[in-house]
Amino acid sequence: MQSAFYALSDALVADLTGDEVLLTSFSGESSDFVRLNHGKVRQAGSVEQRVFTLQLVVGQRHASASLVLSGDAEADRARGREALAEVRQQIPLLPEDPHLLYATDVVSDESIGADTLPDSASAIAEVVDAADGLDLVGIWAAGAVHRGFANSLGQRNWFTTHSFHLDWSVYHRADKATKQGYAGTAWDGDELRRRMAQARVELDVLKRPAKRVEPGEYRVYLAPAAVEEIAGLLCWGGFGMKNQKSKRSPLQRLVDGQETVDPRVTLSEHPGAGLGPQCGAGGFARPARVGLVTEGRHAGSLVSPRSAQEFGVPTNGANGSETPESLEMEGGALSRDDVLSELGTGVWVNNLWYLNYSDLPACRMTGMTRFATLWVEDGEIVAPLDVMRFDDSFYRMFGDGLVALTRERELLLSASTYSQRSTVSALLPGALIDGFRFTL
Amino acid sequence: MFETIAARFRADMPAVDFCSLRLVRERSQEITLRQGVLEPVGNSDDVGAMVVVHHQGGIGYAATGDLSPSGLAAATERARRWAERTATMAVTDFSAVPMPHPQGTFRTPVSKPWSSAPLAASIELLTRASGAMKVDDRIVDWDASLWWTEAESLYVTSGGGEVHQVAEILVPSVSAAANDGRDTVTRSLGGRGFARQAGLELLDEVDLVVQGQQVAEQAIELLEAQDCPEMTGHLLLAPDQMMLQIHESIGHPLELDRILGDERNYAGTSFVTLDMFGSYRYGSDLLNVTFDPSIRNQLASYGWDDDGVPASKEYVIRGGILERPLGSVISQHRAGMAGVANSRATSWNRPSIDRMANLNVEPGSSSFDDLVGSVERGVYMESNVSWSIDDSRNKFQFGCEYGRLIEDGKLGPVVRKPNYRGISATFWRNLVGVGDRSTFEVLGTPFCGKGEPNQVIRVGHASPACLFADVEMFGGA
Repeated sequence: MQSAFYALSDALVADLTGDEVLLTSFSGESSDFVRLNHGKVRQAGSVEQRVFTLQLVVGQRHASASLVLSGDAEADRARGREALAEVRQQIPLLPEDPHLLYATDVVSDESIGADTLPDSASAIAEVVDAADGLDLVGIWAAGAVHRGFANSLGQRNWFTTHSFHLDWSVYHRADKATKQGYAGTAWDGDELRRRMAQARVELDVLKRPAKRVEPGEYRVYLAPAAVEEIAGLLCWGGFGMKNQKSKRSPLQRLVDGQETVDPRVTLSEHPGAGLGPQCGAGGFARPARVGLVTEGRHAGSLVSPRSAQEFGVPTNGANGSETPESLEMEGGALSRDDVLSELGTGVWVNNLWYLNYSDLPACRMTGMTRFATLWVEDGEIVAPLDVMRFDDSFYRMFGDGLVALTRERELLLSASTYSQRSTVSALLPGALIDGFRFTL
Repeated sequence: MFETIAARFRADMPAVDFCSLRLVRERSQEITLRQGVLEPVGNSDDVGAMVVVHHQGGIGYAATGDLSPSGLAAATERARRWAERTATMAVTDFSAVPMPHPQGTFRTPVSKPWSSAPLAASIELLTRASGAMKVDDRIVDWDASLWWTEAESLYVTSGGGEVHQVAEILVPSVSAAANDGRDTVTRSLGGRGFARQAGLELLDEVDLVVQGQQVAEQAIELLEAQDCPEMTGHLLLAPDQMMLQIHESIGHPLELDRILGDERNYAGTSFVTLDMFGSYRYGSDLLNVTFDPSIRNQLASYGWDDDGVPASKEYVIRGGILERPLGSVISQHRAGMAGVANSRATSWNRPSIDRMANLNVEPGSSSFDDLVGSVERGVYMESNVSWSIDDSRNKFQFGCEYGRLIEDGKLGPVVRKPNYRGISATFWRNLVGVGDRSTFEVLGTPFCGKGEPNQVIRVGHASPACLFADVEMFGGA
């Protein structure tokens, strides 16, 4: 796909006239998706897609178009030229864009991961075999993901990764289940069977009679996957310059210095982790790290090229929605081995679900527990807990309510497949919190 | 273009139990002005094919943007191989599913096509709407947009079926945010839930300049208002919040694939079980809910679903009693019960699954004034802004942009940050008033997420205003 993308981009660049500048990007995948339910196959298939986007710039005017390529060079060249002609016709109709910014320094790079993936159908046969007797449900997603950028100034960027992601859960009954995941670039059947065995152990706990607790304040341990749900909600408009400057960020009071969180809370965007493409929006190279919250205080923002131009600050190559793609939270002092004893009596929350804001300016959020949520007494797991709704403020949970963060962090690779397979990741600790507010 | 590809597909049909080709082309244009500045105009042309094969009891699919003879042949072979290689592991015998082979066409009725207005005219309209929104220095952000989509599909089956459908969609939007130095409130047209199958004639019904000024003025009004008080009482929901209430706590729990467990790893399960259909009291006698893809201009209207089943209006809840699930032909086969024509895919690159399409609450007999007049103490809420519900679709908490107290049968002061919470299984049984047709609005959202691999799809919800008793309500922090 890489050479075809560059060839198409070059062909269109050759058609430019006068002071036209062309920016092109590519997003593609060759993916296998196998959907599982009750330990059997519900849907199995493959998706091959190549999305090409071109942006034609003439002075401060510009227009863009995206189209799906066929893979046939001649046909794609014809469609690309047609799209270029259409945006060329649009440009005189458009006003000058005061927020237009694109990279003019040429910074090219290339990252192509090796393909060591297994045959998907064979891997699924192993999964089905290992899940014998279990009510397993989930998705296998595997194959190549590609991202590319090229412009008429000579810049070339390419990123290819070959990965698999088995995102699954095993059910005891109704909503009592344990959530698991196995992702990577090299398949190991023994590792799958180890994780499946672990699921069987956790399932034994879920078979105990469920406990119900009344709404109120509880000491809880949020496992990294639960912390990811909270961080994911914050990512929804929290860290971007545009939202912050227009007073719409859920972290506005932190940004404006009206609120702080615990000094042990440090968050950053870490493109240098190398799990996604290094080339950012508009062709700008992304810095190795962008500090967002340092020692409990606002430290920086994700700045797209448009925001950079609008607000007169440098861009850090953030995407158009200014959302993190490799968020990291610093770990704390609590050893994972000591979590149960430090929790004492309270709730172990492995996963949260469906978070949203109940009061956005106050960064007060609500959501549900999901999958294995466990009642703990005197450091011992006692019973699964029926699902509970929480409604609490980020400033309180990660401020006065924060007891400890775990030393160990988990790398959580996104299982999202909206439109295409995601390359987003997060590296997060678990959090021990006092007074966590359950409401329903 | 589609006819040539379909003819080629028919000529090279593999020898399998069932095979279908779904060709989709979706063209769109999105024009947005933010704070009076035109954002990059988005033009998109998305075209591709999905081949589905049922063979030897298995199911396989392959999606490709390569519509050449060799590209389509390769996709068909991939789909066939997937069906064969997973047949012994399949959740059901897919070869036994009675797949239909329909013939027909569907097209959105449009009187003013998008192409009839030049780009400059749309920009000029949005410029006027945007200009009407800066009503106060405390308005800190505002936007106005038009999003047009034309989705064309051709569905061809191995049994001679051929369905051609074209949906034209327009989503007009205005939104304003106001800030007082510590709080920010937002107000928008219908909670960004105003979406229809329509051409530009929709803008005769919705004046974006008038709406723009109104949402900005209401944003200021909200900024100056008190928070919604904490109370338990009557809740009157406008159609643009009923849309979300129907979607989350009736639509999703009644999707048959959720009940069969397919979604348990992602979108979730359902508190509804198969044995409830035909007898379970979902709501009060006043609750009548229909799956209705036939409403002119509703967002998810169509003639046939993506498995070729003809779409028709069906009651899913009648007089409060649960009648049938939202289940497609494959789910119906697996569950052994009747459903609806709701197998849908977001585009050519995803397989079809059970979706909501248009799911509506039928009008009742109360005027809006009757509903308000029946309340001694309660809250009226408009326009969804926050939504959260458990994975069984039972415990929910929703927030709205705009609220007004109801005191002694009259609408009172505006309140901000109105929220409420409840449990689906009991909430609908407390439905005590249903608005008449004068309160009925046809709305929809392009953003319903579900499925593995993930899919976001258009759904329509039409509803009158509805009144609920004994609801727990509250405001901001």
